[in-house]
Amino acid sequence: MERSPTDVYTEHCHRRELAYQVGDDGRPVFRPRVGPSVWRVSAGGGTVYATTVARPRGDGEAYNIVLVDLDEGFRMMSTVVSVAPDDVVVGARVRLAWREGEAEGDAPVPVFVPADAGIASSPGGERREDGDAA
Amino acid sequence: MTGVAVVGAAEAQMGKALPGLSAADVMAEAARAALADAGLTISDVDGVFAAATQLPWASVTLAEELGIRPRHTDSTMIGGASAMAHVNHARAAIAAGLCEVALIAYGSTQRSVGRASASVQEIDPWEAPYRPPLPVAAYALAASRHMHEYGTTAEQLAWVAVSARQWAQRRAGAWSRDELTLEDVAAAPRVCDPFGVRDCCLVTDGGAAIVVTSVARARALRRPPVFVLGAAEAQSHRHISSMPDLTVTAAVASGARAFAEARLRPADVDSAQLYDAFTITPILFLEDLGFCEKGEGGAFVAGGAIAPGGKLRVNTSGGGLSYGHPGMNGLPLLVEAVREVREEGKNVVLAHGNGGVLSAQATVLLGSEAAAGQRPRTKATRLREPAGATMGRRRRATKQAGAR
Repeated sequence: MERSPTDVYTEHCHRRELAYQVGDDGRPVFRPRVGPSVWRVSAGGGTVYATTVARPRGDGEAYNIVLVDLDEGFRMMSTVVSVAPDDVVVGARVRLAWREGEAEGDAPVPVFVPADAGIASSPGGERREDGDAA
Repeated sequence: MTGVAVVGAAEAQMGKALPGLSAADVMAEAARAALADAGLTISDVDGVFAAATQLPWASVTLAEELGIRPRHTDSTMIGGASAMAHVNHARAAIAAGLCEVALIAYGSTQRSVGRASASVQEIDPWEAPYRPPLPVAAYALAASRHMHEYGTTAEQLAWVAVSARQWAQRRAGAWSRDELTLEDVAAAPRVCDPFGVRDCCLVTDGGAAIVVTSVARARALRRPPVFVLGAAEAQSHRHISSMPDLTVTAAVASGARAFAEARLRPADVDSAQLYDAFTITPILFLEDLGFCEKGEGGAFVAGGAIAPGGKLRVNTSGGGLSYGHPGMNGLPLLVEAVREVREEGKNVVLAHGNGGVLSAQATVLLGSEAAAGQRPRTKATRLREPAGATMGRRRRATKQAGAR
């Protein structure tokens, strides 16, 4: 192993690419892990498999958490932004977008927007705020 | 495998522990009480089994607390399924001659010290950016999928909470005994959709312990043995984002194996203690253990079928939702299962533990003398799987009935 799976994945994120691995059996693998050596980049289309809205006590704002099934056949945790958190439903089509990392220099974080949100579908770099819904 | 039985069972400090008690203290108090219940002394113990979120070295800590040097120890940590796994491991250890008297114990002071320090969550780089409040978010995601696929409703979830409360109202010492209606559950503050506060287990202190030994030794002790008729473990993932199907747990496999070993079916079960971390979990386990078909768990619980007077005794103490939930609730469920056999005269009682985020599952079937005696003593030629057990492989019986 020359580089850690996390390192490879994060480098892709810096390019706003959602990378996943492919196992020996040809199946997509996510979360990144030691073993598979083949990496591919997702086209970014997916379907909401499960969804919830976390409602922090006190003044914290509610936010959405989803599991998304990417069209390539792997699943990941993420969040659907640019819509109200409880407007996200199981089965909804979504498209990859990117949120800036928390700290300067952190890799962008893959998030999702509704597939019909009307922004460029390139996995290479639109900002989430471009959606005009909600 | 050598037949084993539970010969002692006890709880300690359930609810709120006395000021100054540590998790190890609570565990030790429960252990001493379980040994006293069995009519055994600390010096009889040669196998120690323990796991606890607050005690990474739980079995070693317990042995020190009791002042013993066991020849066999096991700190298998699979969350709320640990205790059921420990029963399975204790049985194997006794069969292998590694120990004869197995003490399984647990303690927590999570209410006193707070969950943040009592149950530290691992930071997972693939989930942490989305700030899922764990474990509740994972179970909420599973509930959302179940609702989508099978039409399960928030009201059906609420029936689980209301039924648990009705059991708790019959039990002195239960933490929550106030009246609770479906409307109360729906109106409770929201935590993580579709769950409100009343869909989530309690956060209490508490400890519990059981003593397991060979059937031969058990027969010489003061109380009638509670026989281990079957036990099995299974697991499917660690993180919720890696769970293959959020509506099907590995309880399908653990349940099928435990029932096959016991040569019993769900219809034979008189009482079921099903880990109720959140209101969705008993619904999933009723389905996965074969008490109803997949997808019908919501309809099964609606209307009070698992409440007192219903068609199946489920979580008869009030469970984690209303009786108490000291962090990892496997041992309290086992203690309640033992109580069902001893005090309520139930012949076959199932205790099912769930660990992590539906990650690890372990099923134990306990039974009375009558249930143990009725088990066929010859090899069965072919076993039927319980209804709904589609994930488990069919197995031929290869084990002799342990008890006689």
